[in-house]
Amino acid sequence: MKHALARAVLCAALVLPAAAQAHKMWMVPSATVISGDDAWVTVDAAVSNDLYYPDHFPARLDQLVITAPDGSTVKPENEATGKYRSTFDLAVPLKGTYRLALVNQGVFASYEVDGKKQRWRGTPAELKAAIPAGAKNVQVSEMSSRVETFVTQGSPSDGALKPTNKGLELVPVTKPNDLMAGEKATFQLLIDGKPAANLKVVAIDGGTRYRNKQDELDTTTDKDGRFSFTWPEAGMYWVNASTEDAKTSVKDATQRRLAYTATLEVLPQ
Amino acid sequence: MRRLLPFALCLAFAVPVRAADMNITVEIPTLKVSEYHRPYVAVWIERDNATVANLAVWYEMKKGDGEGTKWLKDMRQWWRRGGRDQTMPIDGVSGATRPAGQHQLHFTDGKAPLGTLAPGHYELVVEAAREVGGHDTQRIAFDWPAKTPQHLFAKGGEELGQISLDINP
Repeated sequence: MKHALARAVLCAALVLPAAAQAHKMWMVPSATVISGDDAWVTVDAAVSNDLYYPDHFPARLDQLVITAPDGSTVKPENEATGKYRSTFDLAVPLKGTYRLALVNQGVFASYEVDGKKQRWRGTPAELKAAIPAGAKNVQVSEMSSRVETFVTQGSPSDGALKPTNKGLELVPVTKPNDLMAGEKATFQLLIDGKPAANLKVVAIDGGTRYRNKQDELDTTTDKDGRFSFTWPEAGMYWVNASTEDAKTSVKDATQRRLAYTATLEVLPQ
Repeated sequence: MRRLLPFALCLAFAVPVRAADMNITVEIPTLKVSEYHRPYVAVWIERDNATVANLAVWYEMKKGDGEGTKWLKDMRQWWRRGGRDQTMPIDGVSGATRPAGQHQLHFTDGKAPLGTLAPGHYELVVEAAREVGGHDTQRIAFDWPAKTPQHLFAKGGEELGQISLDINP
């Protein structure tokens, strides 16, 4: 049962890069701007249709990588995965910005057995054993996705925000916990450390259950991979970009699907 | 008469060299709400959106476990414009929360926490944030130094009553 659930969650996570999918993966911290040395945040992580109501699958916390302001990796506490969401607590004793990331590297394969189309999702290590010997028209895609949010105690800092130069990543130009309604914020997207030019980026404010439209903000990255949003109002914005290329690192994979998502809190003036 | 002369001389010399000062009145309104906590209040001076002097920060200082500092960030503008770089308490600036009523603050040119302001255009900012309540920011623009006595005020909103700024050149 547990395995089945985990597999279902993995599937949900892996299908995300496909732009047509309605499901959105996210992490939402209880606060993003924090004062006081003895501070904690509690975080929800899920895959859902509505923002931010867990209504589909919990996120997998074994993908969680938390980077402290000093660049060190820190562990969450009180991790739990329920039916619709995962939660964890994080102590934020250091001044500066923490990066919370769900980093997913997976493989998607489609093939035919006896004329019937089959689909499989899993990890690169499982791939070889997963495809039956007589399978035809085997097509393997690599999946690389990153779901992030940021939390800052005291003044924002850059120590946790260095890109890994793997997959699609966001580099803040405007500090990600220094966002205010009516102000313009600029970020840069990188693919394997290089500017991701001409990429569509969307931003959707939370609370979609209580309005009739998604009210999606759209923009496109420039030649330097930069994009900007001027936040129309305060809220917790779901910012997402996805693309695909052929720069695979998994043997047999012909295509790589890349996705990046951040939840960014915009405060009122 | 002989006794009065030195005094008069003193007065004559003292007046021209008296340092400029500012008197600020911050009114915390009485609110009829079911759950009332005294607001956190910050008073500071800005120039070009940058804080040049923190004049007052009233917050809950008695609570242990950092519970008092936990809500400092609710004064969002102050927090962003330098509050987050401060180590609390701030000597001569921070103090306990205050009850509803008018609170008088007096600051002198050249003395902490006002210090010496370069001539120019400034804004006095007063921000209030109340636990389970609202948030209010009031601004009063002024020029420093003033040539003549100035009486400036902001009307106030939900969480702050009238704010007045009196500058004596």
